[in-house]
This record gives sequence, structure tokens and C-alpha cells, in this order.
Amino acid sequence: MAIVVNGTRVAPPDDPRVSLLDLLRDRLHLSGTKIGCNQGACGACTVLVDGKRVLSCLTLAAQVDGRSVVTIEGLGSADDLHPLQAAFIEHDGFQCGYCTAGQICAATAMLEEIAAGMPSYVTEDLGADGIAISRDEIRERMSGNLCRCGAHNGIVDAILQVATEKVA
Amino acid sequence: MSNLQNMIISSVRTAIGWVPGQWLPGGKPDPLITRRGAVGRQASRLDGPAKVTGTARFAAEVAIEGLCYASLVHSPVTRGRITGIDSSAAERAPGVVRVITHRSMPRVASPALMSMADMGAVGNSSLPILQDDEIHYNGQIVAAVVAETQEQADHAASLLRIDYAEANAATRFEDAKSAARTMPSLLFDTNHRKVGDAERELARSAHRVDETYRTPWQSHNAIELHAVTVAWDGDDRLTVHDATQMIAPSAAALARIFDLKRDNVRVLSPFVGGGFGGKGMWDHQIVAVAAARMVGRPLRLMLSRESVYRIIGGRSPTEQRVAIGADADGRFTSLIHTGYSVMPGYGASPEAFTLGTRALYQAKSFEFVQRHVELAVVANTFMRAPGEAVGTFAVESAVDELAHGMGVDPIELRLRNLPERHPITNVAFSQHALRQAYEDGARRFGWERRQREPGARRDGEWRIGMGCASGSFPYARMPGAAVGLTMRRDGTATVACSAQEMGMGTSTVQVQHAADRLGLPVEAIAFEMGDSGLPAAPMAGGSSQTVSIAGAIIAAAEKLTTELLRLAGNDSPLAGLRTGDVRLEREGIASATDPSRHESFRSILSRANRDEITVQAAGTPPLELFKYAMHSTSAMFCELRVSDVTGEVRVDRLLGSFDCGAILNPKMAASQFRGGMIMGLGLALTEETLFDERSGRIMNPTLADYHIPAHLDVPEIEVMWTGIPDPRSPLGARGIGEIGITGVGAAIANAVFNATGKRVRDLPITLDRLL
Repeated sequence: MAIVVNGTRVAPPDDPRVSLLDLLRDRLHLSGTKIGCNQGACGACTVLVDGKRVLSCLTLAAQVDGRSVVTIEGLGSADDLHPLQAAFIEHDGFQCGYCTAGQICAATAMLEEIAAGMPSYVTEDLGADGIAISRDEIRERMSGNLCRCGAHNGIVDAILQVATEKVA
Repeated sequence: MSNLQNMIISSVRTAIGWVPGQWLPGGKPDPLITRRGAVGRQASRLDGPAKVTGTARFAAEVAIEGLCYASLVHSPVTRGRITGIDSSAAERAPGVVRVITHRSMPRVASPALMSMADMGAVGNSSLPILQDDEIHYNGQIVAAVVAETQEQADHAASLLRIDYAEANAATRFEDAKSAARTMPSLLFDTNHRKVGDAERELARSAHRVDETYRTPWQSHNAIELHAVTVAWDGDDRLTVHDATQMIAPSAAALARIFDLKRDNVRVLSPFVGGGFGGKGMWDHQIVAVAAARMVGRPLRLMLSRESVYRIIGGRSPTEQRVAIGADADGRFTSLIHTGYSVMPGYGASPEAFTLGTRALYQAKSFEFVQRHVELAVVANTFMRAPGEAVGTFAVESAVDELAHGMGVDPIELRLRNLPERHPITNVAFSQHALRQAYEDGARRFGWERRQREPGARRDGEWRIGMGCASGSFPYARMPGAAVGLTMRRDGTATVACSAQEMGMGTSTVQVQHAADRLGLPVEAIAFEMGDSGLPAAPMAGGSSQTVSIAGAIIAAAEKLTTELLRLAGNDSPLAGLRTGDVRLEREGIASATDPSRHESFRSILSRANRDEITVQAAGTPPLELFKYAMHSTSAMFCELRVSDVTGEVRVDRLLGSFDCGAILNPKMAASQFRGGMIMGLGLALTEETLFDERSGRIMNPTLADYHIPAHLDVPEIEVMWTGIPDPRSPLGARGIGEIGITGVGAAIANAVFNATGKRVRDLPITLDRLL
């Protein structure tokens, strides 16, 4: 078996204690994925596993054997930015940039969750076809990703812009 | 902080007071205040692409061959001694390279403490670092384990067996107050200031308020954990990739501690994942550097989140008395602000919560004094707007209480008592437009919709209220900031200095600045930073980095002009002109009076047969600080709901109206203001580092139990500014990194009172306080 990271097959680590986060950062040098607490409280380590957002600090590397992992490096590059990456720059959705990768990965999966009709705590009409994207929906669904610089408004604006363009 | 220091500061002030203003820096307003191109534009961050794609490298992300990893062990007791260490199991654990305790740690001095007398010092604590068996506070580092991987180091650290003999420790704030120390000075001012007899004026005032306000220990909680990657080259050259907001001073401190030549120590920290005052020099850097030398390999030490809480100091708790007396017209006759904060004898950072109050209001009499309580805790340190963040909570709550008692609108009461000059020193303000900030802010916010009577607005279970408060933060420009400036024949230029980027947009704004200063397009400018090998920038603190570096660029541009004019010689249209006669524009030099006399940089350098020219210069001494009272101010507005059922507070609207000098990049400035206000939201409602007062141990050292604002807590935040340039500062700017958090605590507490009629004087305003 192998873990597919940004399209490349890598062998799972020998030490079963190694988290997906440490595999990415320390062994594969994909340090775009950040570590803020190592205990699932801050969201900085969010990556996509088979398209769904997971906290890589709480995921053992062995758990994702045979699955596909996408990190911030796999979403886009400086020459070919993902729409969310471009929107974060445009709306100043970061300052120090440390929580940014987690925010962007979380937002990527979060928009898919909304598109798939998964309700949240603030979804008003659970019976409606489709979920209307609003600032409150985004805020609720992004609350697992902490930002200490206080870029929250820019982050929500950036996600809202991309969500709106997607629908349009 | 000594009497001698008071005397020096006061005599410099007096001497500078006699010097005509135009002879001083800032005497003639910076010409770029009126002549702007790139400055003032909404540029996006230059480091944006690197940050959103994950390629910006932080301290723990530098790959080095042969790297080993360290893990720390903390004392679970507060005071006492280590009586025994059994490291055999840890040493036998797979992958362990070395176990380091006070027995094996080399003898090293602690870094010199930060102080106003030594602006280059970086120490937060004078306690020995793994030097002996004594325990001073709960969480102190007692051992480090080095192993081949982080997992192996963490596991082995859990196998160390350490025995302690516990001793009594001072851990209760209330008990320790009786032995509090009164220092002669408080940062740049005399600690105890008395004007008139404030107690007597208070007693005979027509209206008065006299209350006690409390704020808790808070932690910076930058999302990036503190980390160092250390590499020795032989025994005399050291490279440290650190997460620090004080690069050059850290390199100097490490050179002293490890007895190395200053030039042989290189500290790199181009990107810092949030600082807020917490990313300075603490014990972990010293331990990591020593450990790397001991094992003879490059080494990484990244703190766990728990370690950050335990060994990186936070904002001290405070207990503040604010008493205000007013006459029948609401003019203040007495303003008293005194109280206690924690500063252990081994600490360096007074929480100067009365300093801002000294410049905020006019009054007939004043008294200010602070006392330091000694507790056995990790040394407290500066955290975003130290002093003012919590000081404004107390004084601006008290003003609101007085206004309510008098039946006067709280904005009106504040405007009646605005100072014309600095109320204590009687020095003129360089620029001060708090009145306009209030008027503009109140109009935008819709303050007229506020109901004067508390509890008058309701929507179902929610009670709705509005509050406001003033914020303030002093201007600072650090002495000694230097930059290197290289101009090339191809028409490009590079500005270089050791400063780091931790979210303020330093490189972006200085590129904008340098473009205007040098008369070049922004695309032609590069900014090199984050390396102690570059000309030294001072530490990032006091919201001073932008103007400090700007001051250095001004000096460097002037020096460059002189050099270029010399190179231009007699064959140039500029022949005969001196530095004071020209300005840099249109990618060259032009006569200030006859713009047709112009020669491009390319042409000058080509004719001189030079590829490039490099100058280095430091900014002028910041004497404007002594000649003028320089303060940023703000008017903060809040509208919120409080649930009758749960006591939950939801902030619906926050508006900050700022008077902070010229705004250099509105997009990034708005982010800085909002960021400060959001930290203020946390200060008001959720943030508290909880010490078990019986043991002195932090009980919530996790981001799950210390609640910083999350997305759902943060409303859309409006910010606006007067934009009036400060005629005495480089670019007309004052700092904006810290003012945002000031005033927020009181604006929210005052809105809670307006919503519910409940006055909460202890932060944070948690649900239990409203039920």
C-alpha cells in the first residue's frame, strides 16, 4: 500500500506513532501544512483526505494508507493559484500567514459540504433544496480554524466571493 | 527602572524643550506626507503568494541534513528543589541521543533583561536556565531530551523520573499585595505622578465614581508554536532559525551568552507566525543552542502548545482602582488611576496600565501609581498594547459609570474633558483629533439610536445595548534602526534590514515607501529582511517598526543622494547642486526648484562606470518623542445582544474610528485595526489563562480551554480613520499595530451595561457574570 500525497505515492512510515502531520512536515518536507496545537483545537493542520477535511495532527499516517491526501501545495502554486488562494490575497484574508493553509484547505472542503447539502448548526431551513451560502454559514463552518491575527473578515469575504463565483 | 533613569529622561525632555522644533527630526514635516505615489495605495501583500501556497518558510521548517529533535520536561511543582533524577529509562529509549538536565547543561548566563536603559537587551527573565536544582515556578524547564525523531524525544521525555522537595510559594494575588513593590519609574515615565491633591478633590466633587476593575492573565496564543532550528558550524559559528520579533538583538544576546563573536552568530526569522509580544527570547532558545552544541548535530526544538503556556510569559493580571471626580458641568476635577499587576523580581515587563490614562483627559488633579506583586509564576511579558489594553478597560468603564450617574451621554462627557496639551507634562500634542474620531464614528455607527436607559431595547430573549470607549497608544520610534540601500545601474534598488515579517506587512509598506522616497516604481524595489546579517533593525515592539525603518530609509536615501551627486560630478545637469537642493524623482535626481535639471540613476551610474552603489544609514535619534506628546487615539463602538436565558453575549457590530496619523496602506491597515479589535473581543469576553491559586499551575494550557475568538464570534468589523498626518513623524504615520485592541474591552463592557444594567468590572465577561 501507499499514501498518495498530492498525486505522488509515498510509503507509510515505519513508526506507527507518526501522525499524518509529522509525515507531511518532517518526512516529506511539505511544510505548508502547519502545526498550531497538535491536539485538534486550532485547525492549522487541516488537509484534504479523499476530498474531505481532516485534522492531520489527529490522524495517524497509517490511517490514510491507500488514500489520497491533498495539501496546500497540491491546491495551487504561485503561478497557478487556486481560486481560494487568489481570493485570500485579494481580501487580505491573512496577516502572518500561519493559519492560512488550514483555512484554505478547510474552505475547499467546506464549500463541497455545502454543495452536497450537508446542513450546519445555523442552517435555517433543513427541508429546502440546497443550502444558501451566507456569511453566517461560512462563519459557523469555519469556526474550527482559529486565526490569531484577526483576519476573520477577510477570510469570510474571500470564501464568499469564491462561493458566489462558483454558483454564478 | 531607577531614579537615575527618571532624572535622565526628565533632563532630556527639559533640554529638548528649549530646542526650536525645526531643528529636530520631524521639525520640518516629511515631504512625502504631501507628495505621494505608492504610499497610501491599497496594495496587496507582496508575500501573499508565498503564504497562500505554503511556501513561506517558518523557523521549524528549515530542512537540515542530520537534524535531531528535542522535547522539554517541565516542573510540576512551583517552588522547591530537585532531589533526584532517574534518566536511565529515558536514555535507554529508542532513538535517544542525549538527556540534558541541570547536571549536564553547560554553565551559561541568562540574557540581559529588556529595559529602557538597554534597548538592545532581549531577556524576559533573569532566572538561571537549567543551571541548578532550584525550582522557581510551575512549568520551569527541568530537562530536555534529544532524539532522532520528535516522536522518540516526546516518548523518552515521558520516561524521566524526577523527585522534588517542595517549598512554599507565593501564588495568591490577594495575599501577595501587601508586599507589593512600588518602582520609581514605569517604562518611560515616573511611576508615581501627583498633580494637586486628587483624593481631596475627589471627596469634594459634585459627581464621582470610585471602583476597582480586574483583568486576568492572558496569553498571546500566536498560532505558530515557538520554534528554533539550530546549526553549529564548528564550535564558534552559530546559525539559529528562530521565530522571533527581535532578530538582531537576539543574535547579540546569543553571542554574549555563548561567548561568540557577534558576526559569527546568525539569527534568521523572515516569517513569524504571529508574535503579539510573545515571540522574544525565552529559555527554549538557550536550551536548544546548548543542546545542539552538546550533541554536535543540528537540532530542532518546537514547543508543544502546553509548553508555550508554561514557559512563555503572558499579560499580567491587574487590579486597578479608577476614581474620577467631576464638577456640576462634568469637568473632571480629579482623576486617580492606581493598582497592582504581577511582576516577579526576575521579570522585566511592567504592565503599565496607567500610562495611557496620563494622556487621555484633562483634570484639575491627578494621581497615578502602580505596584508590582511578586508571584512565583513564569515572568510575565508584553502582550499587544501592554498597559493600554487593560488600562483603557478600567478607565473607560469608569468614565461610562460616571456619565451614567450624571445622566450625560458618555461621548459628550469625554469630549468635555479632552486635553488641549498633554495633561501631565504640558507638552503640545504633535497631532490629536480624538474629537473628530468620535464625531465621525458616532455618525457612521448610528450612536443616536442608543437608548440612555439600560435594558430598554429587547428582541425576544435578547437584550440589546450599545457602548463606546476611547482607545490610546503612544507613538514610538526606536533608536538605532538601520537599513542598507543599494541602487543599481539597471534602475532597481534593494532595501535591506534585519526586521521580520509577522503579519504587519513590513516588506510591502516599505517597498511602497522606498518607491516614493527614491522616485522609482514599486516593481523596481526589493526588500530583504529576516536576517541578523543585514543592517540591524530594532525589535518589533511598541508599534514602532514601520516608522523606525521608514526613518532609516529616509537617512539612507539622503546618504545615497549625496553619494550619487558626487558621482554625477560636473558633467551632469545636476552639477553644483547639493543634497538639500534636490529630490529623488522620475527614477533619478532633480533640482527641487528646476525640475528640468534631472539625471537618471542609470545615467549617473553608467557615466561613473559603476554597477551599483550601496549605502547604509541609521535613522536620526527619535528626539521628536521628547519634544512633542505623540499619541494615537481611537473611538470604539459596540452593539451587542445578551441572552436573558443563558447570559450569552453576541457582539453584532464593532466600529473603530482611529486617529493614527497617515495611513500608508489602507488594505493592510484595516486588517491590523480589525486584528487588534478581535483580540480585544477575546479580552472582553473569553480570554483568561487560569492559574490554580493554590499551586500556581496553569490549568488551561490548550487552545481548547483558552478561548480565542473563532469565526462565529467575529462580526463584520467597520474601521475608519481621520487620516490626518502627524507632522512630526516619518511619512506622517504613527503605529497602528496595538491601538486596535485598546478601548475594546470597555466598549463591550459598557454595551453590556447598556443592554442589561449589569456592570461587570472583572474580565472576561463570561456568562456566569450576567445571570
